[in-house]
Parts: sequence; C-alpha cells; structure tokens
Amino acid sequence: MKKIEAIIRPEKLSEIKAALATAGFIGLTIYDVKGRGRQKGIVLSYRTSEYRVDLLPKTKIELIVNDEDVEKVVDIICDLGKTGNMGDGKIFILPVEEVIRVRTHERGKDAI
Amino acid sequence: MVAAIVSIMAIPALAGEAGAIDTGDTAWVLVCAALVMLMTPAVGLFYGGMVRKKNVLAILMQSFIILALISIQWVLFGYSLAFSPDTGYGFIGGLHWIGLNGVGAAPNPDYAATIPASVFMIFQAMFAIITPALITGAFADRMKFSTMMVFSVIWSTLVYDPVAHWVWGTGGWIRDLGALDFAGGTVVHITAGISAFVAAIIIGKRLEHGIDNMAPHNVPMSIIGGILLWFGWFGFNAGSALGANGLAANAFIVTNTAAGAGALTWTIVSWMHGGKPNALGIVTGAVAGLVAITPASGFVGPVSAILIGIGAGVICYFAMHIRTKKTQIDDSLDVMACHGVGGIWGAIATGIFASAAVNSAGVDGLIYGNAGLVLIQLKAIAAVLVYSIVMTVIILKVLDATMGLRVKDEHEVEGLDVSQHGEKAYV
Repeated sequence: MKKIEAIIRPEKLSEIKAALATAGFIGLTIYDVKGRGRQKGIVLSYRTSEYRVDLLPKTKIELIVNDEDVEKVVDIICDLGKTGNMGDGKIFILPVEEVIRVRTHERGKDAI
Repeated sequence: MVAAIVSIMAIPALAGEAGAIDTGDTAWVLVCAALVMLMTPAVGLFYGGMVRKKNVLAILMQSFIILALISIQWVLFGYSLAFSPDTGYGFIGGLHWIGLNGVGAAPNPDYAATIPASVFMIFQAMFAIITPALITGAFADRMKFSTMMVFSVIWSTLVYDPVAHWVWGTGGWIRDLGALDFAGGTVVHITAGISAFVAAIIIGKRLEHGIDNMAPHNVPMSIIGGILLWFGWFGFNAGSALGANGLAANAFIVTNTAAGAGALTWTIVSWMHGGKPNALGIVTGAVAGLVAITPASGFVGPVSAILIGIGAGVICYFAMHIRTKKTQIDDSLDVMACHGVGGIWGAIATGIFASAAVNSAGVDGLIYGNAGLVLIQLKAIAAVLVYSIVMTVIILKVLDATMGLRVKDEHEVEGLDVSQHGEKAYV
C-alpha cells in the first residue's frame, strides 16, 4: 500500500477529482496549502508599492492505494494536472504500514 | 429653571425671523451637508481597505469617533472660532456664537444671504469633521486611540478653525488678500495633508514597515470608499455655491470632470510607468482629481477641469512614487501625496485657470492675463503650510510627552483591532 501526496494547481482539482472517481479511486483528502517551488512567486502592486508573494496557493490531494494502482493514479494526476508551465506541482509516494477502517476494524487491502 | 433652559435652547430659533430665505437654496445646502457627512465614514472605508486586516476596525473607528467629536466641538465653539466676527488681525473669530448662540434661521449675508445661518453652519460642520479624519491615514496601524481623540479636537481647534477663518471668515486675512478657495482645497486638503506628513515623521514608521507584507487587505472596500467620496464630493463642491443655481451646476460638472480626468490619468501613468492598470490606482487618481478641483470648482470651466485633473493624476502619482521609493517616511496611506500635494496643485491651478466669466465673484487667473492671482495663491499656500507644520509639531510633541502617541510594540504587532478595541473584523 502506498500513500500518494500530490501538490496540484487549485484550478485542476475538480477535473482530477472527477477522473479519479471514474477510475474507482473514491476516497481522498484535500488540503488548501501554500508553498513555493520553481514557479517563484508573483509581484502584486498597489499604487506605488510592490509586494512579492512567494508562497502561492496550491491544493494537496492525499489518497492511499494498492501498490499496483499507483501508476494509474500518477497518470491521471499528471495528464490532467499538466499545463506545461512551472508551478504544475509534484507527486510524492510513500509506503504505508497499515490501513484500518474505523467502522468495521477491517485491515490492509480490505480497508482501502 | 426649566424655563431658563427652554429659553436658552430657544435662542437659535428665535434669532432669525427676518431675511429673504430661498427654499430651493436651503433644501440644496441641507442635502449637500448630508452628502459631505457621508464622506467621513467613506474616508474610513477608503483607508480601511488599505490597511492589514488586523487594523481595519481601528481606522474605521477613528473616522467615526472624529465624526462624533467634531460634531460636538463645532457647535460648542468651533464654528464660532472659524466664522464669527473677527477678533482683529484676521487671525481668528471670536466666541460670539458659542453653543450656536445667535446662529438661527436668519441668514448671515456675509456668508450666504438666502439660507438660514444655521444651514450654513451645519454644512460647514461637515468640512470641519472630514479634515482631521483625512489625517488618520498617516499614522495608521500604530496611533494610540485616546491620544488620537485628543489630537483631533486640539488640531481642529488650533489649526482647522483658524485657517478656515483666514480663508473664509469675514475679516480673515487670506480672504482679504484675495486668495481663492471655493470649497476647501487649502482649508481642508493642504492643512490635512501637510499635518499628516508631519505626524507620520514624528510618530515614526510602523514597526513592520519594509519587513512585513503591508499589502491592502481589501481593495473592494477601498473602492466602495472611493465611490462614496466621489458621490459626497458633489455636496462638498457644488454645495459650496450655497445655492441651487448655475454656479452649483458648474461646480458639479467640473468636479465630475476632474475626477474622471484624474482617474484616467493615474491609470495611464501607472500603466506606462509601473506595469499594470490597477483598481486601487484608479480610485486614488479619482480622489487626486477631486482634491485638486476643490478650490477651483467655483471658478473654472470644464476644459480647465480636465487639465486640473490630468495634472493631479500625474503630480500625485509621482509624489507617491517618490515617497514610497526614495524616502523612509511612513505616511502609511499617502495623505500628503493625495491631499497635500493635490491640494497645493489645486490652489496653484486655481490661480492659473480662474475665470471671472465663470463666477463674477471670482477674478481672472494667469491664463486670462492676471499672473498676480498665482502669487496670491502661493502666499496663501505658504502661510497655511508653515502654520500647519508649526502647530502640528507643537501639538504632537506635547501629546507625546504627556499621553504618548504610539501603542505598545506588542500591541502594534498584535494589531490595533484586538489590542485597542477588543474586536476582530473577520472571524
């Protein structure tokens, strides 16, 4: 089992979320986050003062999948999340030791 | 006892029985007083959008308390000091009209022959109220509320009231000099702008100036403030005709025209100079145009108004650019660049563009062959600048030594809304 943490552009969320659901990945958790990477930041200008904003708003998706499903999810996120510009985000894949469903106490694959 | 109180209270009403009151003029000036009243909370909104979200209630509160304080100060003694008969030397009025004693339904032909003196008084009250409110932008985010209250009343009494008397009061020395200020470019905007600048220097910059992101927290709020200012300014300038007549219509038209020219010019200049045309900029440009047309609105025509608005857009933009880029002076919301510099430009422009054809009570300016008017305007500007600087320094130094000007450092960082007022704007 793997945990997929994907940082994406906020405006790409609905498309990716819908595609994941169609592919059978219903359960996920979404966070509004701020961060920086190669996109650097933007300069806002108010009258004669400029302010550099180097933490940009992004959306983070977290979901737990079986090992064999990892590439499917990665493909969906990359295909739909890509604009080709800096700031499209990153995907992290982490090992997961155990998953337990609170309602039934099921463990492992059955709990995903 | 009761009878005595009743008779005192009745004095203003009894004072005026005679006089040729024009109901149209009276209605117009009353409505204009209400329009100008709206401008003070509008200043609060204009400024409120520009501060960080931890200080928005504090600055809205400052405008509002000034509205309350000067409403009282004006009827108690402010109006008397500014407009009652001169006590000699053209410096200040007397105490003849304290508590509005004798200010009633009868017109005072020295100021306005066709409306009750009481109507002129309440119209003027709104000008006295907005002027100290303009200053609050200079010391935003760090001024102690109690000191700000005391400052506003003392400043209004020692700076606004005398200068209003000089320029508008019967026997006032600038009025007798022949300087023109139709609706308060000098009395309101120059006094407020320069005093704000002095205050910003004396109180010192915000702790987080140049460190934290000081970006405006709510630009739409500033835009709402700007819209209400533009709207209220029709009362400010067209009301200053003190009658529902052609002069009021002229003031209305040139006010609208100059606001448009200022907004357009600021947008274009900042677009060419800095990058993008932005919303806070266009509103600021409109305010700059409105400030500049204020002293001229009863003396110039529409084409002159366009030139005055364009001048305001360019001059105020670069004044603000220099303040932010070349100095460390934290006139936080640029009261000097907008009102001080815009007011000075407007006063000079009045000397340049004034036309006796627009207003027979006025005189011709530079472009109609009377260069002397510009000199008179410059004299008036210089006197008001020097007086405002000296008095504001004295008032603030005394208050600094007695009450203290700034909140504690930790309160400033926490934000004035919570530390001074125990409230949060947004939960």
